[in-house]
Amino acid sequence: MDTTVTTGTEDSVWGGGNRPLGASYGKLMMWFFIVSDALTFSGFLVSYGFSRFKFIETWPIADEVFTHVPFFHGNYPMYYVAFMTFILIMSSVTMVLAVDAGHRMMKNRVILYMFLTIIGGAIFVGSQAWEWATFIKGDYGALETKGGRILQFVNADTGKRAALADFARTLPEERVKHEKSEGIWYQEEGYKTSYSLNEVIQGFRANPNILIRTETINEEGEKTLLTRGESLEKLNDAVMVVEGANLIRNEYGSRLFADFFFFITGFHGFHVFSGVVINVIIFFNIILGTYERRGHYEMVEKVGLYWHFVDLVWVFVFTFFYLV
Amino acid sequence: MAHEHKLEIFRGLLKFKSNTQKIWGVLIFLSIVTAIEVGLGIAKPEVLTKNYFLGMKLLNWIFIILTLVKAYYIAWDFMHLRDEKSSLRRAIVWTPIFLVAYLIFILLFEADYIYNVFKDGFLSWDF
Repeated sequence: MDTTVTTGTEDSVWGGGNRPLGASYGKLMMWFFIVSDALTFSGFLVSYGFSRFKFIETWPIADEVFTHVPFFHGNYPMYYVAFMTFILIMSSVTMVLAVDAGHRMMKNRVILYMFLTIIGGAIFVGSQAWEWATFIKGDYGALETKGGRILQFVNADTGKRAALADFARTLPEERVKHEKSEGIWYQEEGYKTSYSLNEVIQGFRANPNILIRTETINEEGEKTLLTRGESLEKLNDAVMVVEGANLIRNEYGSRLFADFFFFITGFHGFHVFSGVVINVIIFFNIILGTYERRGHYEMVEKVGLYWHFVDLVWVFVFTFFYLV
Repeated sequence: MAHEHKLEIFRGLLKFKSNTQKIWGVLIFLSIVTAIEVGLGIAKPEVLTKNYFLGMKLLNWIFIILTLVKAYYIAWDFMHLRDEKSSLRRAIVWTPIFLVAYLIFILLFEADYIYNVFKDGFLSWDF
């Protein structure tokens, strides 16, 4: 009959006094969120794996796609992404230092470390925006065939990729971008490429040292290079010029690659962005002394969990998008 | 919030004097692992790309294992799972691992099947 007695419920097992997991309500809820969010990201990454296994022989090679570093010209695969990874791990470290300082009630240190964390997050988001812009703008340009496959160009003398501008001819032809305002309602061209299909084909025929590279990966783990004869043959299949990448066309290869790139890194970037916003809010709360008055800095620990989770996801995105 | 921190990593091989020191130690370890990954990704040694284990390149196995190692240390030391009760830790870790392993198994098998249909079936998609 002790259930009717209301005194001392805090201590009784069924009255809420029992804490089997030894963690506060807020922290548990943050863990709930993290586990479910982890499953969402897993769903995305596994569906990326699905599409990749489906087109395992023609999937783009990430090293050849992400080769740029800001303010530097040339071919530097992976370096910039590695830098981004390091920045994110670094901001994770400053976050965990902030949590540690919070446990010891050192307000000024928490402020400093939270500030550094926010800076790290901002650098990461900025880098990702730059990475997107570079990816969208494109590198060399390519042709797309009737079946939606991508044909890229290689200079036979140097063995390096050839940009459309290297060999395409400029013909005296008029090509006007189709705007929404003319003709049929609500129809317009997405973008106008710098060369027309005809100009690329004419230029290709006039330059005997340019070869076509298909999407197919050979036994060496590289894209298949066609001979000049095969290239001329293959050129007949081309139907349009593609420059850069968007959700529909992708000069780097399989369209799904671009779709997943935008979707997964975009979703992750959104997490980083919201993490930075939350960190800023907590940062001001610390400055105002909210947690000093509350007597503990558990709020910093909770946003810290979220921030580390964002880092954790990036570790996986980095592996499956850039390394494997 | 008097928190007790377990200050040893690598199963007690490396003991730290304070929590702050442990954080820096883990950072150094994670940086080394990332550097190895990037180095291998740029160098791509032939021994690792030519040999396969269970249908996947050795290099890719190394990447995935190193990723899981990194994930372990982020979760255990940065997210303080090492200091939580084992019941909470297991609930957090094994639930997604079980579900994700199942998802990976099912989707990759299906994708491989579709790959074979595209390859051997009377279907032309590369034109």
